Amino acid sequence: MRLTYPSSIKIVKVPCTGRVAVIHLLRALEKGADGVFVAGCMEGDCKYQLGNIRARKRVEYVRKLLATIGLEPDRVAMYNMSSGEGPRFAEISREMTEKVRMLGPNPIRIKGVEKEKAA
Amino acid sequence: MIMARPKPIEEIVREIKDLDKVLVAGCNGCVAVCEAGGLKEVEILASALRMYFARQHKKMEVGEVSLTRQCDREYLGELRDRVGDYDAVVSLACGAGVQFMTETYDKMRIFPGVDTCFIGVTDEKGVWSERCQACGSCLLATTGGICPISRCSKRLLNGPCGGSSKGKCEIDKEVACGWQLIYERLKGLGELKRFEQPTPPKDWISSREGGPRKMTKEESRL
Ligand code: SF4
Ligand code: SF4
Repeated sequence: MRLTYPSSIKIVKVPCTGRVAVIHLLRALEKGADGVFVAGCMEGDCKYQLGNIRARKRVEYVRKLLATIGLEPDRVAMYNMSSGEGPRFAEISREMTEKVRMLGPNPIRIKGVEKEKAA
Repeated sequence: MIMARPKPIEEIVREIKDLDKVLVAGCNGCVAVCEAGGLKEVEILASALRMYFARQHKKMEVGEVSLTRQCDREYLGELRDRVGDYDAVVSLACGAGVQFMTETYDKMRIFPGVDTCFIGVTDEKGVWSERCQACGSCLLATTGGICPISRCSKRLLNGPCGGSSKGKCEIDKEVACGWQLIYERLKGLGELKRFEQPTPPKDWISSREGGPRKMTKEESRL
């Protein structure tokens, strides 16, 4: 299956979304990413039981934090899909890219910092 | 351990907004355990502050460090060569740590980054509750190991009061009545006769009522 997703997306692989800490999401933005989304397994399907639930809570926390520092919470999102859902991943990637495009470039991006998105 | 919660970021911003360089200093002791002021929280706060000020087009350098403890001079001393590079320190230690930092670096402006709340325990991950108010002369031996000072809303020495209902305190249906807990515990231990002898008034001089407290252990001194 050859699927395309927006080339602006940079994928960061983690063993489980439970590994994604608040600071990882913040650093992506601080280093210039326009948005970050966490792609976790379906809730209830986590191999490590609660990894994706933890990730969701951290994403929610970061969204609240962004609002307090003047950044749009929608730059960070959590999506759930099963590993067999390639087309869904491509679709979400497009959806997120579109959402972030509407928000415009990351306002804190320092000149020269490369554009990146982590998944 | 000592429990704290992070201060709202707006409050910290208000204190440092006119400065150019601040050091966020965590403590790997109590406040790290309650996820308020350890290394992780230092990184999060520093990153958030950098982004906030970048958004405001304001120059702000934010340094990060976390000390083993901030209530011991030897660890505070680790900042000796570094602290002078900054305009201020935001300390994420408990109130004691913040003050000791202030005493150690008396030329520096030191701001608290957390609200220190109480001495307590970890009920479950992410949930903490109070257990002790450091009254200075512990009563736990006579109360079945449950503290009436911290767990009874009125700090009664002879409870429960009339506000105890179905095991809950009258201040809030979610709050257990400390004296009900003591009663159940003593009943389980077969020690209900404890209630036949009222506890005499406590000498609160060992608590805060005696003014700021100090402790010396002669054999430990150098
Ligand atoms: S400074 Fe406060 S929070 Fe840090 S170890 Fe000491 S008592 Fe605990
Ligand atoms: S009786 Fe005093 S020292 Fe003992 S747990 Fe209660 S407040 Fe703390």
